[in-house]
Amino acid sequence: MTERRRIKVDYLARVEGEGALDVTIDGGQVTDVRLKIFEPPRFFEALLRGRHFTEAPDITARICGICPVAYQMSAIHALESACGVTVEGPLRTLRRLLYCGEWIESHALHVYMLHAPDFLGVHNVVEIARSQPAIVERGLRLKKAGNAIVALLGGREVHPINVKVGGFYRLPSKAQLRTLREQLAVAREDALATVAWVAGFDFPDFHRDYELVALRHPAEYPFNEGRIVSSRGLDIGQSEYHDHFEEHQVEHSTALHCRLRGRGHYHVGPLARFVLNHDRLRPLAREAAASAGLVTDCRNPFMSIVVRAVEMVQAIDEAIAIIDVVELPAAPAVAVEPRAGTGLAATEAPRGLLHHTYRISADGLIEHAQIVPPTSQNQATIEDDLRAFIAPRTGLPDDDLQWQCEQAVRNYDPCISCSTHFLDLRVTRR
Amino acid sequence: MSTTRIIGIGNADRGDDAVGPTVIRMLAQAPPEGVVLHTARTDMLALIDTWRAEDQVFLVDAVAPAGSPGRVVRIDASRTPVATELDSFVSSHGFSVAGAIELARALGRLPARLLVYGIEGAGFEPGAPLSPAVSRALPQLVSYLQADCIACTRPH
Repeated sequence: MTERRRIKVDYLARVEGEGALDVTIDGGQVTDVRLKIFEPPRFFEALLRGRHFTEAPDITARICGICPVAYQMSAIHALESACGVTVEGPLRTLRRLLYCGEWIESHALHVYMLHAPDFLGVHNVVEIARSQPAIVERGLRLKKAGNAIVALLGGREVHPINVKVGGFYRLPSKAQLRTLREQLAVAREDALATVAWVAGFDFPDFHRDYELVALRHPAEYPFNEGRIVSSRGLDIGQSEYHDHFEEHQVEHSTALHCRLRGRGHYHVGPLARFVLNHDRLRPLAREAAASAGLVTDCRNPFMSIVVRAVEMVQAIDEAIAIIDVVELPAAPAVAVEPRAGTGLAATEAPRGLLHHTYRISADGLIEHAQIVPPTSQNQATIEDDLRAFIAPRTGLPDDDLQWQCEQAVRNYDPCISCSTHFLDLRVTRR
Repeated sequence: MSTTRIIGIGNADRGDDAVGPTVIRMLAQAPPEGVVLHTARTDMLALIDTWRAEDQVFLVDAVAPAGSPGRVVRIDASRTPVATELDSFVSSHGFSVAGAIELARALGRLPARLLVYGIEGAGFEPGAPLSPAVSRALPQLVSYLQADCIACTRPH
């Protein structure tokens, strides 16, 4: 007699946004996995049409409360490209500092508050706080350090308001940067301790043959610039994105799925960045990765939590280095005059590659906007992971299987709000 | 020295979610003596750093509809856990108010007194004004807060 089981999570916890997971197991075989994103569509691309190009950083910052800087950065780079402007020098460096802040606050939130409870076998961070308060306090200090950078450069901690096409509205003072540096020096030690902490977690023996996709820059671990490369030889400019990547609709998700044309699903995010760019890490972060046992061709998505911790070391160490050398520019921004054209740009959001495309008119009005968030790009890969992960585990009781499936989804730190753009789990066993 | 703080939580542009910031705006017209007013709308984790251990804190927030819009509930969070669904601590906006309070409790970082005023909302549509029922409840809510503040700040 065959058994039909259905595991259903109607509302996935510890993810940003609203979604569900529906798994069907028929006679011990996984027959269907659906990551169902039911958060309503948010129509940001339509909201942008008809607006002046200078409004895009403030509108796109509203897409996400966790990674607004990523949306602003992809938007401004695409729009500056459309206008034929490249922002160089200290303004570019200060943008990089702002992006460091977002990685630190987003990764600290995910590592400590969202994902660590899975590895420690507890329901939430409050349970960790009861038994190990010093660890949670460390996570809070890290998040606060990231917030401090975003508040100083971005004007406030969430949905920054100080970013514009061409630069910033106002610049921080040297004294403010020196004060920030003191906080970051403590945070750097906290981040190194975080790497050692998460490296001690138990990781399932689970490896996937992903095509990893990330930006790659000649000299830097990627934030704002670089070519789009993959572990299978893709190497394209940012303006060639739509020639190689395509979005498509699936019935069970309000977020579009993505694939590489003729190649299929792919994986973006910290693991992809690390594997493709480990040689671009700062020495302190590279040493931390090595001491954590992180192999440079890692394909275990559960190790993403270790990569996030390493990337916190990277971001904090880089932020300190920037503060130590940056000379504040005379003006907070360069002038950007509109011209009819199209601009495409990708930056590395905490969750992975974030690509924006804009077409603007000669008077600077946005005629077309297309935003491809990392969670959209990872949806099909998350479903593939779950099929492979569940197959040898179908004998587990529903509760255990559900827990492990949710943990596997959280490897991606899915930001459902951004991608609809997430999670309840349902397993049906037949 | 302890400080009395009133923190209005919510999004001013989403119907009854605006009740927290609206109360702060009304109190700011004639601020209760010695009381610090705050608003919070996104990262609730930051609440933990808003207060100190010796403070008296009043949180004002809209709560989910349960059939009696405008009804005011007052919870002494210093003594009673406010989270019922522990897994729901993280919302699309990061960390929930209940999550932040319970994390503060677990870390021993609650203020000396923490009262939560919950106002049952009727609707939370983007761009909508306060519902009539919540608007009618505002004067009473403000008078409760003023009375609680006076009781807190009076020498004793």
